[in-house]
Amino acid sequence: MMIGDALIVSAILFTIGVVGVLTRRNAIILFMCVELMLNAVNLSFVAFAKLHGVGGHVFVIIVMTIAAAEAAVGLAIVISVFRHFGAVDLQNLKLLRR
Amino acid sequence: MTPFYRFQFYLFALMAIGAALLFVTRKSPVSAALWLVNVMFALSGLYVMLDAPFVAAVQVLVYAGAIMVVFVFVVMLLNLGRPDQLPDLREAGARIGAGVIGVVLLANLLAVRRETFPVVELAPPIDNVVLPVAESLFTEYLLAFELTSIVLLVAIVGAVVLAKKRATV
Repeated sequence: MMIGDALIVSAILFTIGVVGVLTRRNAIILFMCVELMLNAVNLSFVAFAKLHGVGGHVFVIIVMTIAAAEAAVGLAIVISVFRHFGAVDLQNLKLLRR
Repeated sequence: MTPFYRFQFYLFALMAIGAALLFVTRKSPVSAALWLVNVMFALSGLYVMLDAPFVAAVQVLVYAGAIMVVFVFVVMLLNLGRPDQLPDLREAGARIGAGVIGVVLLANLLAVRRETFPVVELAPPIDNVVLPVAESLFTEYLLAFELTSIVLLVAIVGAVVLAKKRATV
């Protein structure tokens, strides 16, 4: 089994997600980048489950549940930001900086 | 390790990475969401190859089927306008910083790869793929399971409260 190769794919996907979070300004795409990072971590869990037993699969399922909760709350925040500013641009969220 | 297995593995890996790159460079949120669905399908193929068919099915059902639908639904709900009017990238300084952080992170993560991992053979096919996961989930990880249900309840209430229209703003 190519556990090392799966870990490399996971590392690359995670880095793509991090760079996306740091460079994009659209809040919805930012949340999708976070989902991509969670998916990359899930791939590591499944790869390591080959070595350490089925607990990794359980953790993947729990991570998916938390991701669903995070997406629901995050998108509710995006909706309320859009109601307030009329855009999903993160540059608008500077009220606390003054 | 048959050549066929190896070929399929790298095919799904390349699909996942290519779709992720296309996802992160799209400007329109809808096309980004659809490329992300593509990443998730490729990842579920990888899960099958790593002896996790149940996780692969849950990945397609929950991630590609439910979470991404919520994303696309919110994009449709918000009426964001044309893609060329959308905010795209942060200013140049943030982009350079992100590039540096990305390179450092990738180097860090690839350094882990210098560890050699033992070669584990494919498990023989079993009839019941859910049973081992369920046994572990409901005995060893029961506390985490129950806590997850509380988190879901709180998230539902929080999402409703946050997205509700306020009478006075």
